[in-house]
Amino acid sequence: MQREGQIRIPAGCSISGVISRSGQGICGSEIVRSIATMHDRSNGLGGGFAGYGIYPQYKDYYAFHIFYDDTAARKACEDFLEEHFDIVNLSKIPTRKIPAITSEPMIWRYFVRPLHTKLESSQLDEQEFTSQCVIRINSGIEGAFVFSSGKNMGVFKAVGYPEDVGEFYRLEEYEGYCWTAHGRYPTNTPGWWGGAHPFALLDLSVVHNGEISSYDANRRWIEMYGYKCTLLTDTEVITYIIDFLVRKKKLTLEETASVIAAPFWSTIDRMPEEQKKQLTYLRGMFASLLITGPFSILVGFTGGLMALNDRLKLRSMVIGEKGDRVYISSEECAIRVLEPELDKLWSPKGGQPVIITSKGGEA
Amino acid sequence: MAINFFPAEYEVIRNADRCIACRVCERQCANEVHHYDADLQKMISDETKCVCCHRCVSLCPTRALKIVKSDNTFKENANWQAQTITEVYRQAGSGGVLLSSMGTPKGYPVYWDKLLINASQVTNPSIDPLREPMETRIFLGRKNDQIRRDSRGNLITDVPPQLQLNVPILFSAMSYGSISYNAHESLARAAQALGTLYNTGEGGLHEDFYKYGANTIVQVASGRFGVHKDYLQAGAAIEIKMGQGAKPGIGGHLPGAKIVGDVSRTRMIPEGSDAISPAPHHDIYSIEDLHQLVHSLKEATHYQKPVIVKIAAVHNVAAIASGIARSGADIIAIDGFRGGTGAAPTRIRDNVGIPIELALAAVDQRLREEGIRNNVSLIVGGSIRSSADVVKAICLGADAVYIATAALLALGCHLCRTCQAGKCNWGIATQRPELVKRLNPEIGYQRLVNLVTAWNHEIMEMMGGMGINSIESMRGNRLMLRGIGLTDRELAILGVKHAGE
Repeated sequence: MQREGQIRIPAGCSISGVISRSGQGICGSEIVRSIATMHDRSNGLGGGFAGYGIYPQYKDYYAFHIFYDDTAARKACEDFLEEHFDIVNLSKIPTRKIPAITSEPMIWRYFVRPLHTKLESSQLDEQEFTSQCVIRINSGIEGAFVFSSGKNMGVFKAVGYPEDVGEFYRLEEYEGYCWTAHGRYPTNTPGWWGGAHPFALLDLSVVHNGEISSYDANRRWIEMYGYKCTLLTDTEVITYIIDFLVRKKKLTLEETASVIAAPFWSTIDRMPEEQKKQLTYLRGMFASLLITGPFSILVGFTGGLMALNDRLKLRSMVIGEKGDRVYISSEECAIRVLEPELDKLWSPKGGQPVIITSKGGEA
Repeated sequence: MAINFFPAEYEVIRNADRCIACRVCERQCANEVHHYDADLQKMISDETKCVCCHRCVSLCPTRALKIVKSDNTFKENANWQAQTITEVYRQAGSGGVLLSSMGTPKGYPVYWDKLLINASQVTNPSIDPLREPMETRIFLGRKNDQIRRDSRGNLITDVPPQLQLNVPILFSAMSYGSISYNAHESLARAAQALGTLYNTGEGGLHEDFYKYGANTIVQVASGRFGVHKDYLQAGAAIEIKMGQGAKPGIGGHLPGAKIVGDVSRTRMIPEGSDAISPAPHHDIYSIEDLHQLVHSLKEATHYQKPVIVKIAAVHNVAAIASGIARSGADIIAIDGFRGGTGAAPTRIRDNVGIPIELALAAVDQRLREEGIRNNVSLIVGGSIRSSADVVKAICLGADAVYIATAALLALGCHLCRTCQAGKCNWGIATQRPELVKRLNPEIGYQRLVNLVTAWNHEIMEMMGGMGINSIESMRGNRLMLRGIGLTDRELAILGVKHAGE
């Protein structure tokens, strides 16, 4: 049977997220409770979390979370890391042995920053240098997979139900201003740890529920710009597209949303002249980055969270607000379990980005 | 009398019980197959002249006629078949190059028929084009993804010239001369009604058709027939024709019999002279020269119009396309070797070039590998026969397709493949006034609109089935295709998996 990355696996899912606008700490156990409510939307073949603001003591260093199949892979990868980065801390990620999670790979964490000499000779900025190194490890070093690479954030994922994954990674020991979570329902795979969500590059992380039909058009286009899709999952290509548009092309999140979930031409044609020009420009110039087919995504980044549905809204997504906090989830139950009394509960329209920023991302 | 080496290819079967000797067939056949024998008081056929165009069959009021393939046979021989033998006789008699028309009839593989399209089931809903928006609008031209902003931070939306089309289908180049005034009028009006473009070919633009300029591609070919400043400025885009799928490596052929009246004036050449375009452009001997011509044409039109470079699909088409994508051209048109022609040397038509499917797959992949796919749009032609072919072409990586043979069929062409004779009974590939008037542009344009509208409906149905509601999400989406009965090598070139994988 082919492993994920050798074959494309469709999957249905659940997602959930919570953020504190003022940047107050939220315990990891809260997001675990939320996603656990939607147990039936996943099938035990993948669960994961992304937490922001969880490594304040190392906030100026890239936190690499890496899966290794064996010690040879670890050796090769650590050689690569030492050649390119200054490693200030390395350790196994603390986990808890539980019956529900088995066959785990070796899971290591490194806090690193690019070596000055390497960075200068590459003529790249720090982020581009780091992202290229991550892509090189993931596509070039057999048995090593960097599944988290941002500053002051981290991804935790595994094969299993999300609540078990949370227990395995001892998430109750972490506190962050923003969390996202994912429960996976892949249709025909034994599941692979790297293929679980969130997918992340630098501080950008994506959880996604859906199955996009534009996949290969998107993949073949984004691969022109130095990205390599090794997992063949929707989430991977969506993350790369957002990274490309936001980090490389400097589009705003709203502009990015109007590329990947572009309004229909019939809507654009009715807009005021200036807006029509801008949207026609974005749709025309980045036509191959339009994503069609069902998706609901939560995009985590330093200092915020964006929720976005496909333009036909073929996947559920609701938003609850209470005081300082905003909750976003596939189902209302996953919000009510954390906050039974909400100030506001609503569903964003298809293609309408909802962006929540948090003071937690400020330096 | 010389011995006739050429047995008739067809038999005209006339049902004597039905024939009323009305002589319609006689009047309709420009090849003079039928005549009325007053002594016998019945219709007689000279089958050696029949090209199997079905004009008489279609117009016979009593349906008394049918044309059948003659079962007269040479002694059977797998190596020396009838076609081969008669071609040798013909050349032994004439000492000339064999001429043919339309696309090659040889049985080369048609890869469109070995590709199957995907549809959604369960995990991803199909989309119903009757109830949901389904977008087929496309923009052709260079894409500029260098984001620039003004002082207020707004996006600067200047873009290189773009062609906006409502459908991913354009009418391919067919010159006024090779086809008739009425055929051109039909194409121009249909392009306007459909929100797409037709193409003048290398015959210039008749003064009556300047009004369709917004829906016209004006072509500049090696003969430069009909090219002048107003012509260049009349169209929405300019196409440099470097090659044609049916005859890679040589220029256009228009027999002098078709260079009459307005055709001569529009081409700016004398009446009755054969219009044989040079094989190369004599100002383009390499890629840097092409770069100069592209920019000369852009200068002449103030950088307002996209420039298309049309090439024939040949062995190293990917490298050539890569060069063109860096030459300043906005669009590359690739013409496959099954594409049609009004006249081409038979040997070239049947033996030179490669199929469009393989050329397209190779070019699209190469441009992506080099990171320059954004520099150009790709239009492909050379035997696009149905909406399914269109969908498959776009999934392989095309932005749009050119159709010409299918458009002529819509106008009544029966693919008799004798355009070069100039005696088209359907009023399409002829300049004889009495034949031209048989094609009513009012009806012709409507049939073209019908055809493309029908195809577009079908494209939307197939897109919806895949769960795609905008055509750009289908472009280059090769996972939506699977090969059937193809070798590993063919699959690798096409970049698709085999059915079942």
